[in-house]
Amino acid sequence: MTTTVTSHRTRPPAQPPTLRARRLPKYVAPAIALAALLVAAAIVYGAGIGGPVLVVVIGALLYLGALYVAANVVEGRRSARNRTWSALIHSAFVLAVLPLASVVWTLVSKGLERFDANFFLTSMNNIGARDPEGGAYHAIVGTLLQVGIAALITVPLGILCAIYVVEYGRGKFAFAIRFFVDVMTGIPSIVAGLFILAFWVLIVSPYFNDGRPGFSGFAAALALSVLMLPTVVRSTEEMLRLVPAPLREGAYALGVPKWKTILRIVLPTALPGIVTGVMLAIARAAGETAPVLLVAGGGAAINFNPFENNQSSLALFVYQQAGDASRYAPARAWTAALTLVALVLILTIAAKLLARRNRLGR
Amino acid sequence: MAKRIEASNVTAYYGGFKAIENINLTVEPKTVTALIGPSGCGKSTFLRSINRMHEVLPGARVEGSLTIDGQDIYDRDVDVTAVRRMIGMVFQRPNPFPTMSIYENVVAGLRLNGVRRKSILDEAAEKALRSANLWDEVKDRLGKPGAGLSGGQQQRLCIARTIAVEPQVVLMDEPCSALDPISTLAIEDLMFQLKDKFTIIIVTHNMQQAARVSDRTAFFSIEKTGDPGRLIEYDNTQKIFSNPSVKKTEDYITGRFG
Repeated sequence: MTTTVTSHRTRPPAQPPTLRARRLPKYVAPAIALAALLVAAAIVYGAGIGGPVLVVVIGALLYLGALYVAANVVEGRRSARNRTWSALIHSAFVLAVLPLASVVWTLVSKGLERFDANFFLTSMNNIGARDPEGGAYHAIVGTLLQVGIAALITVPLGILCAIYVVEYGRGKFAFAIRFFVDVMTGIPSIVAGLFILAFWVLIVSPYFNDGRPGFSGFAAALALSVLMLPTVVRSTEEMLRLVPAPLREGAYALGVPKWKTILRIVLPTALPGIVTGVMLAIARAAGETAPVLLVAGGGAAINFNPFENNQSSLALFVYQQAGDASRYAPARAWTAALTLVALVLILTIAAKLLARRNRLGR
Repeated sequence: MAKRIEASNVTAYYGGFKAIENINLTVEPKTVTALIGPSGCGKSTFLRSINRMHEVLPGARVEGSLTIDGQDIYDRDVDVTAVRRMIGMVFQRPNPFPTMSIYENVVAGLRLNGVRRKSILDEAAEKALRSANLWDEVKDRLGKPGAGLSGGQQQRLCIARTIAVEPQVVLMDEPCSALDPISTLAIEDLMFQLKDKFTIIIVTHNMQQAARVSDRTAFFSIEKTGDPGRLIEYDNTQKIFSNPSVKKTEDYITGRFG
């Protein structure tokens, strides 16, 4: 490390005489961090003004200041600024990840208490306030059925709608569809629930149900479809637009008809992105409470039939258990929340793997 | 097998903009014809109107008549896909289908048009890849993705894909402009071989290339920006490059404008 440059500050920046510059040794940054934390701890606990969080905050500020000064003295202004901004950007990342880690930690630590066979194999039927048992079997069944039916409705409909808008739609009609899909994106879930309650449960379903309003898992699936459809359409639309025009032209130039080009070239190319969009929609729908409460009614017993009688769902189960007076209910609510997150995660991973299998480059 | 193309009074529009006007030109079978001219003069537009790719863009349309062995391809009851199967096209940038392997790319045209027999597809794939001088390079990795090849190989893959459906005419829209000189040479060699079977029309900005590969050359130009492109001169390549009869052609070829 023999170098003629003493500091960039003392020289005009236009013509650096050599390309090499003095660098802080590697151990300096961690050493400053450690010292900053120790000083912060001394200040905080010495003055008795706070706990470990304050130590970290003050330590981080001290670290930034000290690092800037040290870098400024040894490496020059530009490097000092570079180090400060890098440190700030890394802190922003940590701040952004912190809530996520906290949620996962809370869910896992509190959810593991009832993460047992009884929870997954029993329902809440005949479980009183003094019973420590009881599980979410009925709610898991409800969530899977409702989200499954909703996906069966929205995925084909949404993809076809997006294909129309991107590949065929011209003029006012396609514009109107895009506009209303945008409007639908903003529908609050409770409004979707009320719509299905008024339209399906109270008006249409009595015709199949001896004149009585039919609360059912299917009604919940309809309400979830209203929420999922715009997400599926918009994300599919974006993905289809990302497929380069030369690919379509390449297929047309081989004499391939347009519908076949879309089916065999455009859709497979956009598939991974479409799957991501669909999974986002499913994750959103699986987490909805209000519409399920309104049109499926909830319930404590296992019901495999989505077309008759009340059905629960995991989100609704969490809501009900969290507000329940029993001292055993909060643990069930946490485990159900953990189950819901795990379920969506598993579905997402499975879908991604399936979508990737269709692509090449094994 | 190759066919004669006759264009008479072909005029093409993009919406309200007239891109080319009154193009009259006859392309003989089993020849290479080069279309040259400055940017925006309508060479590509004319090329794309030969296999009805021009109308793919919204608002684009073509007037006049374009016949291939006497059949007007713009006739009302002509099937567009049949036209495009007869007149294949290679694009400026190689565009292999990214979800398909090398093999699937080559047979895509056949397979998507309903050919299912494995033996027929295998045979067609090998034949097309051999004609495109790509077989030796890819025969051991036919199952690998087409997008993993180099740019020059990808372009030859696209040529193989085009000739696998056995067209009569192959249109090439600046096929070498994204390639290095060695890949360019490979594709020019290929054109010489393909000439035995196909009629080839190539758009190029590279005048040495036009002089090297083509039998006849058409020079397009525009008066000024916004005017439609016109055919200025169409003659044997040797004549165009040694003794053009129009002053404008000479100016362009000698680099005085464009």
